[in-house]
Amino acid sequence: MRRTITATVNNTTGVMNRITGLFARRHFNIESITVGMTENPEVSRMTFVVNVSDQRGLDQVIKQLNKQVDVLKVRDITDEAIVARELAMIKVMTGSGQRGEISDLIAPFRATVIDVGRESVTIQVTGDTPKVEALIDLLRPYGIKEMARTGVTAFQRATKKSNDQTRYSIIN
Amino acid sequence: MNTRVREVKGRELKDENQEMSGSSMLIQALARENVDTIFGYPGGAILPTYDEIYRTGIRHILSRHEQGAIHAAEGYARVSGKPGVCVVTSGPGATNVVTGIADAMIDSLPLVVVTGQVATSVIGTDAFQEADILGITMPITKHNFQARTVEDLPRIIREAFHIATTGRPGPVVIDLPKDVSIASGMFHYDDEPNLPGYQPTYTPNKLQIRKLAEAVTKAKRPVILSGAGILHAGASPELLEFVEQQQIPVASTLLGLGGFPGTHELALGMAGMHGTYAANMALHEADLLINIGARFDDRVTGNLEHFAPQATVAHIDVDPAEIGKIIETHIPVVGDAKEALRLLNEVNPQPGESVRWRMKVDEWQQEFPLWYKEGSEYIKPQKLTELVYEKTNGEAIITTDVGQHQMWAAQYYKFDHPNAWVTSGGLGTMGFGFPAAIGAQFAEPDRQVVAILGDAGFQMTMQELSILQELNLPVKVLLVNNASLGMVRQWQQLFYEERYSNSLFPIQPDFVKMAEAYDIKGYKITDENEVAGVLEEAFNYNGPVVIDCRVHEEENVYPMIAPGQGHHQMEGVKP
Repeated sequence: MRRTITATVNNTTGVMNRITGLFARRHFNIESITVGMTENPEVSRMTFVVNVSDQRGLDQVIKQLNKQVDVLKVRDITDEAIVARELAMIKVMTGSGQRGEISDLIAPFRATVIDVGRESVTIQVTGDTPKVEALIDLLRPYGIKEMARTGVTAFQRATKKSNDQTRYSIIN
Repeated sequence: MNTRVREVKGRELKDENQEMSGSSMLIQALARENVDTIFGYPGGAILPTYDEIYRTGIRHILSRHEQGAIHAAEGYARVSGKPGVCVVTSGPGATNVVTGIADAMIDSLPLVVVTGQVATSVIGTDAFQEADILGITMPITKHNFQARTVEDLPRIIREAFHIATTGRPGPVVIDLPKDVSIASGMFHYDDEPNLPGYQPTYTPNKLQIRKLAEAVTKAKRPVILSGAGILHAGASPELLEFVEQQQIPVASTLLGLGGFPGTHELALGMAGMHGTYAANMALHEADLLINIGARFDDRVTGNLEHFAPQATVAHIDVDPAEIGKIIETHIPVVGDAKEALRLLNEVNPQPGESVRWRMKVDEWQQEFPLWYKEGSEYIKPQKLTELVYEKTNGEAIITTDVGQHQMWAAQYYKFDHPNAWVTSGGLGTMGFGFPAAIGAQFAEPDRQVVAILGDAGFQMTMQELSILQELNLPVKVLLVNNASLGMVRQWQQLFYEERYSNSLFPIQPDFVKMAEAYDIKGYKITDENEVAGVLEEAFNYNGPVVIDCRVHEEENVYPMIAPGQGHHQMEGVKP
């Protein structure tokens, strides 16, 4: 199962190394990691999207993260009310004749063209992962020349309306 | 202990809030942490610290290889319960302690390791004797630090000791660049470290304790698996009280030996690959398994599919990540073993109806005791271990490496008290036992310390004979010499059709001559009738001894759970 986990960590040198090293040596399967500063310059926020086989695997990821001295707080927010966003830049092969068509196509996604070349355009899209993937699917037939994605960063919503799944963990 | 070393005189604590060098801060901080012994080896990047050691006279034990120093620090920590401190230089000095750090990590030993580092101005330039020790030790330390400024140093040292010794103990590395140890700054030592991301749980959840108490009352076939967590928590008295109250048999892990008295009628001995039949069968047939401070290591569990198939599993551990890591756990108790057992004893649950179970367990013990064939022309290593047990009245501190001799020691030396058994469990480090014995002797100067070693493992760190010679340290080295890598040879015999690839040692040094080269008493025994006499002489001698005991080279360790098998599939349970 795919889970979204956020962690606040001390903003010290090597903390990223500690976390990625932990994932690698414990054979945890990660889809993406994002990291950036928070409102407190001494604290960074990390968002992981991980693939785990079961609840026990998920518990291990959370507990091993918690064990790190530089990790302040870990939370699995998958089942909570969250805003999750990623940004993707997609360079699509296109002649001048197709540019209008592509503009129409990306409009409902509120994506924008941020660079235009003779044989390609670069599109920027932000949103949750399903939305980004849907746009990529639509653009694929035109020929995707290059693509870069930031990975998901996520936040709990101000108004919490959890979808009420009971979770069992000895930590939380 | 008859040592020629200067006793610690460097206890002149300087006042706080004084300007001093980084290396001076380090020694001052060590004094505040009540460190009486440092194990180490000097070198370029750590010179300022060694100058401070020289000037303060704090006791420093000079090993002859950094690996010797770190294993000695481990032995010291294991026996004393205090953090072992090891100081080495940068680059090769630091990489030479990596094995010991990994060993301490997997066996949860509190260590503070100070590694010298090149000056901050040249870090990252591949400078002379530079190694990225922070990166190298990240996965094998509980935490590690690099002091980038001298102002940070006191805080880092305090945090290092705090992290190493609290919660689940472990090794912490402090990387100390040379310029930082020279630079001067204000020394201020806080007692309470500020570590919001590190808050170990000691007090268990009351609800889980109640659930466990109920399970105890309901259980008809309960068993306890006692691990090293009992030793780290100092929970032996509470465990004994609980067991006697509840009449639950106790199987021990390799590292947990001594946590519960080995000669107690409810002691089943060691569980696992070379454990006793009774311990393994009890785990297999139990309906309630209470794991206290063990981590369900694969050498204990065997094939997980067959592990404790009928049991409700309760697991008490101070490290929440150990609970549910290997075995699905029904009653998780996160907390200190001592505290958990104290609360359990307070609840004092009604013991379950388990008389028949205890009879069954007794039957297993009677019918399938440990066994070996006596009366051949060779010295039997099992017999040798039994004689060591006898001649030391079971009261010695025993250290070992890894392998056959280790298993025989674990099987035949019945530890009645905690912290007398020093062995490399999780990492299985050859060369551990001898330097660990040196550290153990420093922790307990008046006790008999016996290093039971294989001939191969001894050859990995035997240069530390220098320490025995220099300090006249009365460690007894007993070589269970089968002229081979015994356990490797055993596996090649059993699983590789006797293709003994590189496991036989046809050429060996004359260990007696070698001991004598260090001015140490050496004995060689080849006849079983001599064993008792030589042991007696050695143990009565107040000084170091090396005994080269030639044992039956083809002896195997039994009983055994072959790889991939379950507890109920033990082999070699009877002659």
